[in-house]
Order: sequence, then C-alpha cells, then structure tokens
Amino acid sequence: MTEATVPHRYHPTTGTGGSRPLRVVVFLCTWCSFSAADKAGTKRLPVPAELSVIRVACSGRVEPTLVLEAFRQGADGVMVMGCHPGDCHYQSGNLQAQCRAVLLDRLLPQLGIDAARFRFHYVASTEADRYHHLTTEFVQSLYEFDTGAS
Amino acid sequence: MTVSRPAMAIYWTGSCGGCEVAFLNLDEALLGIGRDWELSFCPCLLDTKRADLEAMADGSIAVTLLNGCLRSGENLEMARLLRLKSRLLVAFGSCADGGGVPALANEASAAQLLSRICDTAADAVPGQRGDDGTFSPELPAPSPLLPRVHAVAELVDVDYVIPGCPPEPDRLLDAIRTLGMSPLPPRGTVLGCTSRSVCDDCPREKRNHRPQRLVRSCAIIPEEGWCLLEQGIACMGMATRGGCGALCPTVHAPCTGCYGTLDPDAVPVAASLSALSAAVLPDIPHPADDRTVRELYRAALSAVADPLGTLCRYDGARNLAGGTGQSGADRG
Repeated sequence: MTEATVPHRYHPTTGTGGSRPLRVVVFLCTWCSFSAADKAGTKRLPVPAELSVIRVACSGRVEPTLVLEAFRQGADGVMVMGCHPGDCHYQSGNLQAQCRAVLLDRLLPQLGIDAARFRFHYVASTEADRYHHLTTEFVQSLYEFDTGAS
Repeated sequence: MTVSRPAMAIYWTGSCGGCEVAFLNLDEALLGIGRDWELSFCPCLLDTKRADLEAMADGSIAVTLLNGCLRSGENLEMARLLRLKSRLLVAFGSCADGGGVPALANEASAAQLLSRICDTAADAVPGQRGDDGTFSPELPAPSPLLPRVHAVAELVDVDYVIPGCPPEPDRLLDAIRTLGMSPLPPRGTVLGCTSRSVCDDCPREKRNHRPQRLVRSCAIIPEEGWCLLEQGIACMGMATRGGCGALCPTVHAPCTGCYGTLDPDAVPVAASLSALSAAVLPDIPHPADDRTVRELYRAALSAVADPLGTLCRYDGARNLAGGTGQSGADRG
C-alpha cells in the first residue's frame, strides 16, 4: 500500500481526473483487513490511489478522535475496517468499533459532515475482493459527492 | 490609611447570567472579596457602562472574569476591549470555555438560524428580518451574528479557565483566591476543578455491570446508590472533569458534562463517545452476522436521541474548530 500523495489520476467510473485529488483515510486492523489489503495487492486487484492507509492493532483502537481529526484536517472520507464478529484478536474490539460507528453515523451530520463520508466494515483477512469492492465503491461515491452528482 | 485593592471585572457576552448568580452565591464570602478586590466593572451588579470601561487605562483591571460565548460582533468587541484593559483574562464558565449550550447552534449556520427565527418558526413574525440580514428594530440584535459560536479563547487570548455551568461557588472562591496570590499558576491552567472525573466524587456504587441498552433518563426511576450509567442512563461523568462534587448524579440526574472534557487532547465529543460506547454491551448471539450486530447496537443506542447534545453539550465550539476554517454547517 502506498500513501495517496501522488497527483490524482484515477477516476473509478470514467477513468478521468476529478477536480482535485480526494483524500480518504482508511484505518485497517492488522489482523484482518490489513492482510486483505495486502492480498488485494498480490492478487493485482485495483485499489483506489486516494487511500491513505493507517495500520492499527485493532479497529477498537480507532478512537472517534482519530476519525474527527482526519475530517478536521481535510479528509474527504474515512473508513474503518475490522474483523468479523467473533473473530477479534482481542475478543471485543471490533464490537466496540461497531458501537462507536453507530453513534458516529448519527453524530457526523450534527457536526456538518455527511454520514456517507464515514464507513465501518467487517473485512476478514481472506476477503481481498471485498476490500477491493468496498474501497472502490466508497471512493466512487465520494467523487459523486464532489461533483454534485448521485 | 486606604490600601488600594486590585480591580476585578465581571462581564457577560453570550450567556444566561447563571455565572453571575454563581458569583453572588458566594454569600458571605463576598464580604471577603469586597475587602480584597475592587469590583470596577460589572454591568450585572454595578451601574457601569461600556464608556466607563473605555475610560480605564489599559491593563488597569487585575482580573476579568468573562463569561459567555462569542456569538455576535458586539460580544467580540467587548472581549477584545476587556482583554486590552485587563492583566488577566479568565474564561469563566462553560460558555466562555467551550461555547457552552449556545454552541449547540453551530449545528446550523448563522443564516439558517436567522431564517428559522425570522421566517419558518411557528411563532415567526413576517418582516422581522432586517435588510442587512440581521433582525429588524422590532427584534433588535446588538450586532450581526458571527458565522458560528466561538469559545473566548478562540478569538482572544485567555490566561485561565474556570469551567462549569455554572461553576460551583466553593470552587470559584478557591479560584479567585488563587488569582489574588503570588506566584500565579502557569498560564492556561484550568482553575476550580480537579484532574479526575466526576465519577471520582460520585457516591454511587459501580457494580461492574454493562447495560444491554441505554434508556432515557425520563423512562426509569434509577435505583438508589447504583451508578446511573450501569443502569443504562447516559451519564457523562466518566468523561467529565470533576470539581462539582458530583451534584447531579447524587440527586439522580445524569451528568451532562458541564465541567468540560477530562481528556485535554481529545476532540471533546469524541472522548465522550468513546466512553459511552464502552459502557454498553448488548447481548450478541454467537455466531452473528455483520448486519445483526449493527442492528443490535443501533437498538441499544436508540435512547440517545440527540448525540451531540448528549455527548458534548458544553464544548461545541471546539469540536471541529480550526483546520479547514469552515463552520460545521458549511461542509458537504
């Protein structure tokens, strides 16, 4: 995975450049979704260049402060990915993350941020395809936000 | 022989006046304050006007207790004027500290607020809106609204903070005494509170229980002596600075967080969100699919009717301030 610092070239729907490069912060649990991202790379599945991946020990490590700070610093979207229910390496970190995500979904609009700019997903280490689909679809939806389409 | 006393000022910007009442609630301690300080400017208690303040020499006021958020241009002018005239400026109360309850209005832009008040509210009177986008003379506002509510420290240099809505008189007295002594605490110190949480002072017992779902505080009669949060009431005591003596939980009312966020490095609303999330544990079957888990948590948290007002009732000015320079309502 690389930092999304390269100039924007990628548009998932049209293949053309957007008005500006989007910045999407993705917090990946090292035990599941980070492996999935790694596998997506070895399987040559395309992953949006807009992603800035941050590897964390557990999705439960992602405090809401990190999500809000990402938005404050100008992120166009934030994703958090963790292990499926029952698979957490620390037993319940992924459930904590889900609990926060449910509240964040309702809180973000109150802070003036569309809830569609934040996503929480469960992605197992084998689910490289799912990682590819989720990230591509998310970035695409953010571009539609940006251009006012949808 | 008359000994000259240091001058003190108390002024309100966007606030309800409760902080002045907290000052008056010092009761007989006021006599001691009158002995040690000269109250030179306080429109709430004395017949002093803005012109009197303007006539004072710069830096002639030793301590100004400024309560209230900065909502209008007039608020900002007065805060700057007081800063000029004062050697120490203290953000006094929750509104000055983090925007307080008025900062919940940051959910909407100033234009949306005016439109609601003047045009769409049930009791709106047609024609209230002035030509310049502010209220008309029939409903006067002192000056145009700022784009959003600010905490005092965002726009004016502040030396100390005394949190609370309102600050407890005992803690206020401690803080005023501290301000009158030498050496002064380091600049930026939060006075009149502790570095531990409200739970630390709360007499209610923790039983290491996590409720399956939250309930609204009006929906149950809480059991005497047992932690309100463990009974499912969204009490924010665990994420809030102590100092109030846990007044609210003691009388069955959940803490609403008026002394401010305990963690100084966190985004205020996020710290409370983390804390509240950790307290809830729905009964999750095993195995459970993603959707089931999400729906269980949705149901468990459905009693939080207003997340922002529950998690961050008093620190709204600080949540997403800075950075992009956009008010919350301007973001897509």
